[in-house]
Amino acid sequence: MKTVKKIFSNQIVIPLAALIILALFNLIADPSFYKITLGLNSDGNPVLTGYLITILDSGAELAILAIGMTLVTAASGGQDISVGAAIAISGSVMLRLLCGPTANSQTLLMPIACAFLIAMVVSMLFGAFNGVLVAIFKIQPMIATLILYTAGRSIAAWINQNQLPVVVDPTFKYFGGYIPGCPVPTAFIIAVICMIIIGLVLKFTNLGLYTQCVGINERSSRLNGLNPTFIKILAFVIMGMCVAVAALIKVSRISTINYSVIAKDIEMDAILAVALGGNALSGGKFNVWGSIIGAYVIQFLTTTLYKFNVSSVALPAYKAVVVIILVVASAPTVRDKFAELSKKMKSKKSVKEAA
Amino acid sequence: MTEKSKRAKTKVPMTDSNILLIITIAVFFGMYIIACALGLNNNVFTKPQTFMNLLNENAALIIMSCGLSLVMITGGIDISVGGITALITMTCAMNLDVWGGNVYTAMLIALGIGLAFGIVQGYLIAYLEIQPFIITLAGMFFAKGMTTIVNSSPFNVQNEAFNTLRSTRLYIPFIGTVNKAGKFVNAYVEIGVIVALVVVILMFIMLRWTRLGRNFYAVGGNPQSALMLGINVKRTKFTAHIICSLLAGIGGFVYFMHVGSGSPSHASGMEMNAIASSIIGGTMLTGGVGNIIGTFFGALSLNTIKQIVTSVGLSEAWWTNITVAAMLCIFLVIQSIVIARTKGGKKEGSEKEKKAKK
Repeated sequence: MKTVKKIFSNQIVIPLAALIILALFNLIADPSFYKITLGLNSDGNPVLTGYLITILDSGAELAILAIGMTLVTAASGGQDISVGAAIAISGSVMLRLLCGPTANSQTLLMPIACAFLIAMVVSMLFGAFNGVLVAIFKIQPMIATLILYTAGRSIAAWINQNQLPVVVDPTFKYFGGYIPGCPVPTAFIIAVICMIIIGLVLKFTNLGLYTQCVGINERSSRLNGLNPTFIKILAFVIMGMCVAVAALIKVSRISTINYSVIAKDIEMDAILAVALGGNALSGGKFNVWGSIIGAYVIQFLTTTLYKFNVSSVALPAYKAVVVIILVVASAPTVRDKFAELSKKMKSKKSVKEAA
Repeated sequence: MTEKSKRAKTKVPMTDSNILLIITIAVFFGMYIIACALGLNNNVFTKPQTFMNLLNENAALIIMSCGLSLVMITGGIDISVGGITALITMTCAMNLDVWGGNVYTAMLIALGIGLAFGIVQGYLIAYLEIQPFIITLAGMFFAKGMTTIVNSSPFNVQNEAFNTLRSTRLYIPFIGTVNKAGKFVNAYVEIGVIVALVVVILMFIMLRWTRLGRNFYAVGGNPQSALMLGINVKRTKFTAHIICSLLAGIGGFVYFMHVGSGSPSHASGMEMNAIASSIIGGTMLTGGVGNIIGTFFGALSLNTIKQIVTSVGLSEAWWTNITVAAMLCIFLVIQSIVIARTKGGKKEGSEKEKKAKK
């Protein structure tokens, strides 16, 4: 009984249960959902295809963003709503560096890695801007990032003077597609690398512990010798790094950029991933793995809905219903009420037995 | 020391909300007067109709910002208002043109949608204690998705009764401009502006002079002590969300009257504009501080700066958003400095008061 309780009190249970329910639902509705085939894509490379692979592939950006969002949520007790706009900026910088000011260069003007690193520095600077507003000026994270949310896509359009640079070089497509000879989608590999890095960082440094301390009680963590300002800014800078990686994948998928549509509403999905992962949105304790599973739950749900021919514009309505059910089910007050109910049932039973 | 300076010293220090309110109003009038003085865009700012158009275009935003300020005063947030507006425009448009309803049923539908969202969201937030951000986020998604389920393609409303209501204009006597033909043209406002002004006045009275209004401030300022004072915190939060969503319903209909069409892309990003107006108007997200008059001027300032930016010659589309964000940034930093100052100042002030009492 105790072990059962222990398992159920773990926060990972909620996203896992959601994932299992979705998986079972798909299994009953249509077992071919799980079919994975090895075929050749249009370039003649062997690639894996199937709904599961689609989920792993297109959930990659969300999973990467969920890592950063978890840290920001835990440290500052608020969410970063500017990630979609920041992806637009980062992607725009990348394309500007690769295609030049006239946006029609046929060859890459610099190595992709170089452009990626510069874009990462830029998005880390924007992260630091958010972090400074939150940590030093004590503005609520959601409102501080509202500034970049409003301006981000406009800044992205301004960087390229509203032109739409197209990268011709085929190697640029690898990040959002497939590397020749490797049947696994590259985006998923990048996501796994990010997960390994964050796992190692959390294991071998004090980042996780310090972040939780600052999130739980800023004052007492300062009295214990931590620097809450620095840790909060650090969380936003890490978010910036995640944004740059996600931007690379997003831009690589289409080899160009659409300033107003790229990564639209992804900030909402990322926040939902954190919430589904069982993390308190008010900060404090966190579990990165919960958020990552949460991200894949959202992608699983999206793909499932697509499969049932739900149009992409009507998708949010169904998503919202599922989210509300999940959030209500995991709300502490609802749980307490259920616990009370089950207790009452038990006491009634024992009364009956005694009678 | 003269009598006057003594009196000035014993004056009660200004509260946070008053300082922020005065900054907002000063910025709005300052901006407008400078725009007039510089003669931007062929003196367009000196014409009364420009100011009235500012009201005409932003009546819906003002109404929604009022509701949002109220929720923010109680320490919550509501980002579903834009989605609700889109849903209302589409449902009302369908009601008028396809389902054979009339203007009154359309109004009822608008209010009903607002009320329904308010009750569900308010219950989940206040009684089940789920974070308002997540619930209203889901509300926004739901509303946006429902809009496309109701009808996915945008269309203009043809209903005659609605179009006469829509084009009804109230001409203001004695205010206007002389046009090219030498004829005096009165400035006009749309019906929505009247609704917006009534909402602003009612909300202002409610927040300032009723018990319910003061409860909102108490709950936002410190829920724990509000509970100790015997205020029903949950019910107050519930009420705030219902009023906010109802105002979103009214605002949605006013928006519908202004644009006269139903479309899923209507009012996208409106929630962020409404939040920005409230913040520029001096409402603090931490709760407990805010003023409806400030919100009113916040919404106007936000749109005045947009107009000024385009008339200065920065006509590329991106400058508008960048300046709005810069303005938001400046206001947030001012707020944070003001709070830091008054927190430091309050301690000194209270010590002085103690000394004076002795």
